Amino acid sequence: MALLVEAGIKVLVAFVLLLSTTVVLVWMERKVVAGMQTRIGPDRAGPWGMLQTVADGIKLMMKESLTPRRVQFGLYIAAPVMALVPALLIFLVIPIGAPFQFGDRTIILAVTDLNIGLLYVLAISSIAVYSVVLAGWASGSKYPLLGAVRASAQMISYEAAMGLSLVPVLMFAGSASLTGIVAAQGGDLFGFLGTWNIVLFPSFVIFFISGIAETNRPPFDLVEAESEIVGGYHTEYSGFRFALFFLAEFINMFNMSALTVTLFFGGWMGPTFGLPENIHWVIYILWFFVKTFTFVFIFIWLRAALPRLRYDQLMSFGWKRLIPAALMWLTVFTVALGYRTFGLPWS
Amino acid sequence: MDIRVIIFIVFALAAVAGAISMVLARNPVHSAFGLLLTMFSIAVFYVMNGAHFVAAIQIMIYAGAVMTLFLFVIMFVGVDTSDEAEEHIPFQRPMAMILGAGLLILIVASGIQAWVNSRALTGRGSLGTIENVSDELFGTWLLPFEATMFLLAIAAVGTIALAQFAFTLRSTDGSDDE
Repeated sequence: MALLVEAGIKVLVAFVLLLSTTVVLVWMERKVVAGMQTRIGPDRAGPWGMLQTVADGIKLMMKESLTPRRVQFGLYIAAPVMALVPALLIFLVIPIGAPFQFGDRTIILAVTDLNIGLLYVLAISSIAVYSVVLAGWASGSKYPLLGAVRASAQMISYEAAMGLSLVPVLMFAGSASLTGIVAAQGGDLFGFLGTWNIVLFPSFVIFFISGIAETNRPPFDLVEAESEIVGGYHTEYSGFRFALFFLAEFINMFNMSALTVTLFFGGWMGPTFGLPENIHWVIYILWFFVKTFTFVFIFIWLRAALPRLRYDQLMSFGWKRLIPAALMWLTVFTVALGYRTFGLPWS
Repeated sequence: MDIRVIIFIVFALAAVAGAISMVLARNPVHSAFGLLLTMFSIAVFYVMNGAHFVAAIQIMIYAGAVMTLFLFVIMFVGVDTSDEAEEHIPFQRPMAMILGAGLLILIVASGIQAWVNSRALTGRGSLGTIENVSDELFGTWLLPFEATMFLLAIAAVGTIALAQFAFTLRSTDGSDDE
């Protein structure tokens, strides 16, 4: 029974956390991009325009949800839901803080700690493409379909690079559970600087690039390129149905940043500045969010700084640069790790 | 009733419904999503039997990669062109029936082996975790594993070779459209 209560509370907290983070993320994106383009950005609703997202959310909910005549209704309605569900599911395995004792129970600050956590993340993110394909196809209109075809090609290509870049992480940590991967990054440099997974820097570069492509963020947002195919897969969606796609995109961005932090930058670990033992867990949670929001900022920065890739550039970059680079790094890393573990083959 | 039984019944029904809708749907995209439902339900069965690794791989490879490719091809070829229900192979139906019956016999036979005669399958402990799978794969079954790897590599190289061959043949022809 205690298990069920714990699980229920965790799911609820994760859900509320993700939704409220999204509110901050949308505001942050608009403010940061505005700053980089020397505009002011939203500043009317609430202090510094912070309530703008809430206002937008209410507006989207009140709007009429138009249904074009040529849609396949069942699949058309299923698509936004299928966009949001994988986005919420990925967050379940990400630990946001150190485990702590509550009574006689040890509580980990992730909804669940799966033995196959990393594979679970890959599996769930590989089904995220269905919402885009489904939305594009069920809309019964040409621009969404073009967006859907682009999405499926893009996501398959970059998923391969992402999978390859994660193999060194698995081998280095010796565990596929995200809690285990964080725990394996515990060492430090000069006593205060975390070593994290800095040796895996090439993996991080490949992972982050393919992560941007997987979440369809600029400069890889060909799926919804306004200048070419109107809105891509969500052209025919309006009102609350559109809001679900929007929400999913921002949650995915947050998830990808959180994963980057968890896999390569020590997760929730960080210096505690000699503060008392019993508030350490708060500091760890703060560290997690500081790190994650750094990567969210990079996501937004890229959007403001880089122009969109052409489709052929996207494909040749994925297949001719990223995947060979991932394979080469994997080979180098495996040889190095083999040498470190077993010594020379003839010795 | 035990919650595991309820979950099993729900997903077993979903698997069967997905399979039936895959065969019966007129629209290839609907068929693809029927198959997707079946694959998901089977992944749930793997999880229920403690084979988490196999479940993750099932979703990643079959639901994530293979089905996406199917959908990609369906969308490229165009949904409307494949609406004709004409059968080009004359012995298609009897052939399908024979093969289906054969598969059914195999499944029933292996089911009887596994449950009725209760002969335990090889392996120890929780079968599906990464550690056990890798022990089996890279220990006991290393040679078959490597052989499979060669087979797949040959298939991939062969596909590329065939595609290249067909391409050069057509371009020397001078007629680029059929």
